[in-house]
Amino acid sequence: MSSVIDARGLSCPQPVILTVGKIRELERGRIEILVDTDTSRENVTRAARSKGWEVRDIEPDGTGYKITIEKG
Amino acid sequence: MGMKNVLASRWGIIGVGAAIGILAAVLQKLGNPGNMGICVACFERDIAGAVGIHRADVVQYLRPEILGFVLGAFLSALLFREFRPRAGSAPITRFVLGVFAMIGALVFLGCPWRAVLRLAGGDLNAVLGIAGLAFGVWIGTLFLKNGYNLGRSQNTYTSVGLLMPLIAFGSLVLVFIFPQVQGEPASGILFYSTKGPGSMHAPVLVSLGIGLVVGILAQQSRFCTMGAIRDLVLFGQTHLLGGLIALTLFAFLTNLVFRQFSAGFTGQPVAHTLHFWNFAGMTLAGLAFALAGGCPGRQLFLSGEGDGDSAVFVIGMVAGAAFSHNFGLASSPAGIGPHGAAAVAVGLAVCLFIGFTMRTKLA
Repeated sequence: MSSVIDARGLSCPQPVILTVGKIRELERGRIEILVDTDTSRENVTRAARSKGWEVRDIEPDGTGYKITIEKG
Repeated sequence: MGMKNVLASRWGIIGVGAAIGILAAVLQKLGNPGNMGICVACFERDIAGAVGIHRADVVQYLRPEILGFVLGAFLSALLFREFRPRAGSAPITRFVLGVFAMIGALVFLGCPWRAVLRLAGGDLNAVLGIAGLAFGVWIGTLFLKNGYNLGRSQNTYTSVGLLMPLIAFGSLVLVFIFPQVQGEPASGILFYSTKGPGSMHAPVLVSLGIGLVVGILAQQSRFCTMGAIRDLVLFGQTHLLGGLIALTLFAFLTNLVFRQFSAGFTGQPVAHTLHFWNFAGMTLAGLAFALAGGCPGRQLFLSGEGDGDSAVFVIGMVAGAAFSHNFGLASSPAGIGPHGAAAVAVGLAVCLFIGFTMRTKLA
């Protein structure tokens, strides 16, 4: 089971705040984050990696991206 | 899609900051006002003067750098397939934040870009401004931690995203139809300063060219001066900070080469020495930028890549410049304006109202 964060339409720094908040809440597991700008994609993956999570997948989703991050 | 963006890497943003620092010092060498190679707030204020929505005759010039920022970001967004028309995230809030960001910046006499450029030129008053900026951004992060947000934008018509680049292009056309006539205070419908900071500028094509280059680099690197401080405070991240420090350092080094460095508090170009108001003005600006999600430069670049809400913030800043000069809110080298102190107090109250009340749980 993965948690889903819908950060579409949210501007900086909300996608990262939501991602980091979920990372702190879960500590480990799998999170899917929906974003709709390249800036948000870069910021979310950068923040996830800095917290020791692995970026598993980035796939096009609608007009944006679905980012999957994981920590075992 | 998913292409590796070199300019958004660690060294990419540092390189972009360094390039902006050098180019700003070069613009100053070529004629822009002292420690004002690039100042987004000052230049938008000059644009407000050029179209006559304020009539302070020393600050009237349709600065091509600003038009270049928008058009460069637009071209970059098209080239890298990042042009995304979007709008509808609390536009009136963004307008009001833009107004007060400008009012605060003009009490200090500079936006965050000019604050570090002033420091790089040896103006020690900038230390108070930068401290105020950091304090304002820190207050903003407290609101962000407690759920403050502007709400979601929606994808919208391509034409919505095109309007700001079109406004920039149209303004550029005006610059060429009504070019400056030496010694004349107006040319056709545009006003020009014959003295003061508005009369000091690099050649039009140089300003435009550097503006375009900075627009392209900043759009791709996501360069943001407010974000540099915010991300450090909020996440302990130093990514954007690297760009801001590089800008400061390389502007300083270039100033040394051009003999544009002179350390001290007094006699600095387009600056006053009222420490408290330098601090308080930038506290207001920093808080407004933090609540709006970007420094004035970043808002221009976002407006170029189709963000209609950032465009509203930019228009708010231009309107704020008009209020500043029409109502005596803006400072001058002689000190703060007659109603500058009151405007800072009102602005802080408005920002606190927005910060406390615009909260929702999004997740």
